[in-house]
Amino acid sequence: MIKDQDYLKKIADICLSKSKKLGSTDASILVQSSVSENINVRNKKLDGSERSENLGVVLTTYLGKKKSSIASSNLKESNLNELVDRCIETMKITPEDEYNSLPDKDLHFSGLKDLDLYDETHLSNEDKINYIKEAEDEAFSNNKIVNTNGSGFGENKSNFLLANSNGFADGYKTSQFTAYCEVVSKSNGSMERDYEYTSKRFYSDILKPKDLGSIAADHAVKKLNPKKIKSEKISLIFDKRISKNFLSIFASAISSSAIAKGTTFLKDKLNQKVFNTELNINDRGDIKKANGSRYFDSEGIGIINLDLIKNGILQDYLIDTYNGKKINRKSNGRASGTTNLYFENGSKTFSELIKSEKKLLYIKETIGHGTNIINGDYSVGASGIMIENGEFSYPVSEITIAGNLNNIFQNITLADDLEFNYSTNSPTMHVEGMIVGGK
Amino acid sequence: MTSLLKNSDLSLEKADKIVSETLNSCDDGELYVEDTKSETIVLDDNKIKSSNYTSDLGYGFRAVTGDTVAYSHSNEISEKSLKNSSDNLKSTLKNNSGTYNSEIKKTNQKLYKDIDPIESKSMKSKIELLNNMNEYARSKDSSVKQVTASLLAEKKNIEIIRSGGELLSDNRPLVRINMSVMVEKNGRKETGVYGIGGRQDYDEYLKNDNWKKVCDEAFRIANTNIESKPSPAGEMKVVLGPGWPAILIHEAVGHGLEGDFNRKKTSAFHDLVGKKVASKGVTIIDDGTIDNRRGSLNIDDEGTPTERTVLIEDGILKNFMQDRLNARLMNTKSTGNGRRESYKHVVMPRMRNTIMLGGTNTQEEMIKSVDKGIFAVSFGGGQVDITSGKFVFNCTEAYEIINGKVGAPIKGATLIGDGPSSLKEILMVGNDMMLDPGIGTCGKAGQGVPVGVGQPSLLINNMTVGGTQL
Repeated sequence: MIKDQDYLKKIADICLSKSKKLGSTDASILVQSSVSENINVRNKKLDGSERSENLGVVLTTYLGKKKSSIASSNLKESNLNELVDRCIETMKITPEDEYNSLPDKDLHFSGLKDLDLYDETHLSNEDKINYIKEAEDEAFSNNKIVNTNGSGFGENKSNFLLANSNGFADGYKTSQFTAYCEVVSKSNGSMERDYEYTSKRFYSDILKPKDLGSIAADHAVKKLNPKKIKSEKISLIFDKRISKNFLSIFASAISSSAIAKGTTFLKDKLNQKVFNTELNINDRGDIKKANGSRYFDSEGIGIINLDLIKNGILQDYLIDTYNGKKINRKSNGRASGTTNLYFENGSKTFSELIKSEKKLLYIKETIGHGTNIINGDYSVGASGIMIENGEFSYPVSEITIAGNLNNIFQNITLADDLEFNYSTNSPTMHVEGMIVGGK
Repeated sequence: MTSLLKNSDLSLEKADKIVSETLNSCDDGELYVEDTKSETIVLDDNKIKSSNYTSDLGYGFRAVTGDTVAYSHSNEISEKSLKNSSDNLKSTLKNNSGTYNSEIKKTNQKLYKDIDPIESKSMKSKIELLNNMNEYARSKDSSVKQVTASLLAEKKNIEIIRSGGELLSDNRPLVRINMSVMVEKNGRKETGVYGIGGRQDYDEYLKNDNWKKVCDEAFRIANTNIESKPSPAGEMKVVLGPGWPAILIHEAVGHGLEGDFNRKKTSAFHDLVGKKVASKGVTIIDDGTIDNRRGSLNIDDEGTPTERTVLIEDGILKNFMQDRLNARLMNTKSTGNGRRESYKHVVMPRMRNTIMLGGTNTQEEMIKSVDKGIFAVSFGGGQVDITSGKFVFNCTEAYEIINGKVGAPIKGATLIGDGPSSLKEILMVGNDMMLDPGIGTCGKAGQGVPVGVGQPSLLINNMTVGGTQL
């Protein structure tokens, strides 16, 4: 069972009062409790079950502008006392940093908690196994699916309390139900794997098992017997599971920590055109039941909605207290990053998008870590499907795609098929003229 | 004697009773108890940005029958908690029954000292070191605009209690010193990253002002990249430098030779044992027994002593890397590759120090033989799709080769290849085998474990380079 707020509060009080007694001027603490249960099935047979109970505490103490942190999963009082001692000792000899402080009290979250982030539904292991077996059954009904890499179902429940010496103390329960199915297709000596994945706060919102299985199978079969194409400049269509990655890159490039240090290609771009004028990017933390929704960030600051890009123009950064001070800005509640980050829908339908040019390459998967936030260089391995005259023609693999994000962002056109499946979501994306490395 | 249960109401006898009673009707399993202390100190933007100390204690209880694994972990070490876990394991495996295999090899292997690298250097001297690194790196050139330096130290003590009361233990130190430098010149920004580390005290790595070499190297890479030109795109010859570029070996073949993917027949290599998978002269080993290396372990996380496993010998595929579960199901023995990130994670076959042994060619010969290609000296991360065999990795330092000569540096190119075929494209194996500086972390199924790599210079006939220049 996850621990209740009273238990978490007790742990927080022990640490906060001990650190005050030892001379810290300020302190903040996070106490977390979670229970997760995961089932793995492979080839329709139970492969593994895992149950984890996690407890943890993270304490940060301040002495004026000096700061130190400790974290532990051992919540015995004797251990906590020892760790607080250690934290205070380290804090005393750590150099001052003028930007260190607790967050602005006025920005502390206070309000209603009505976002529906916790579903108390509990599935027995039997129910979990049945769900995932049904998904695999459906995948195997496709005769080119010969094997699975394993499919799984997970249920996670957690509770936390965040408190600080300025009087903030709040927390809440969240839940997450996750299922994935990863299958292997085979034909004429070619073997490919692909997957489908669903993760929601409410059990009733996740994909139906049959859909999970059939989508995974369809992905894996469509990759079979790929060709390698010649190096060329070509426009790309990014499938929704890839197009959202550009939003994550954008988010890390406008984090106040990167802005303050100057280690981002979007430094000094505030109020400038970063994307083409039809594009809008929002970050909203208040969408009911959504994966990215939260009431406050890891400092206790209430989440406000941000229109990060309006008509292509950069409006705001993602700001926390420490880095905000460095750039003379107040926190906007993004110490834990973005919430529900998304591109607003474009004006074209999916079908219009894939018919917009005679020849397009549809990217379904990228591999590698080839994004350089500092200068915007982008170069990754990829696979996908060639589109000729608006029709999907043959799978393509072992290629690379490369460009610079400054240009890529300006050349994006979006379809109108946005869905809120993850915490970061994008419609299908068309990017004009990127370089494909192949034969 | 167990030391990790000492502050709980569990004695070894009590723990063993629950463990034995739970595992008696299973094929395998153990109670794994872990006590990890770690410390990270980061200097960023001229300030000590954070000093974090983490103390983590917990257990993972595993029962295996057939190919089904039941796992339960908790950080509450008590009789009650362990009994709950036991009930949980039994209910998962209630329809299966097995015979416990109590055979496990013993070792006196001591590849690193039982030291606590966190305590062996005072906080004050660690902060001083970071400040010195920052000042030294910034003093190298006025173009240095940003410096991040960090020190990471860890002491992980583990105990494995098997059915029948057998207790195996290992105390593992680990340190890492990292440096990242950003250089800005003529409106361009580039970074250089370098690090060193292993299973010894900080001071072993700091001897002879070695920290300056770390700064020098990070600066050199950043400064080289500031002059870089766009990378070409397309197929060409590639010369790889020695040492860290062996992450190509790790991605291209290493993962594909892990026992689980081959038992499940999802690896592109699963039916290739005894067959030629690489050019003649190519021998690749996975060695867990090199003193003080980041990927070395006295025993793996199931208690099996590590060993030097030959994966590919003179081009022929010899062995996979095994943990106990996959070895049993494939009728072979564990190679001591059973690893987990922590007590929160299940064991999987994982690499240790994956190394291609040296050959006879010189790097000079390789470069001379290339009309048009690239010379790749250092890499960032890599990734592989073990089913299709396709892998990528990203160059952080590379140069063009034109008519047998090294030319201008080129920007962040991605290399992509096909695992099973790329090793057959190796034309020359260098005589300059080198291990990496001790910085690798391998990710698999969400678990990160420290690993090492090594290789000599290599000439590869044909790889696809991803760039922007057609």
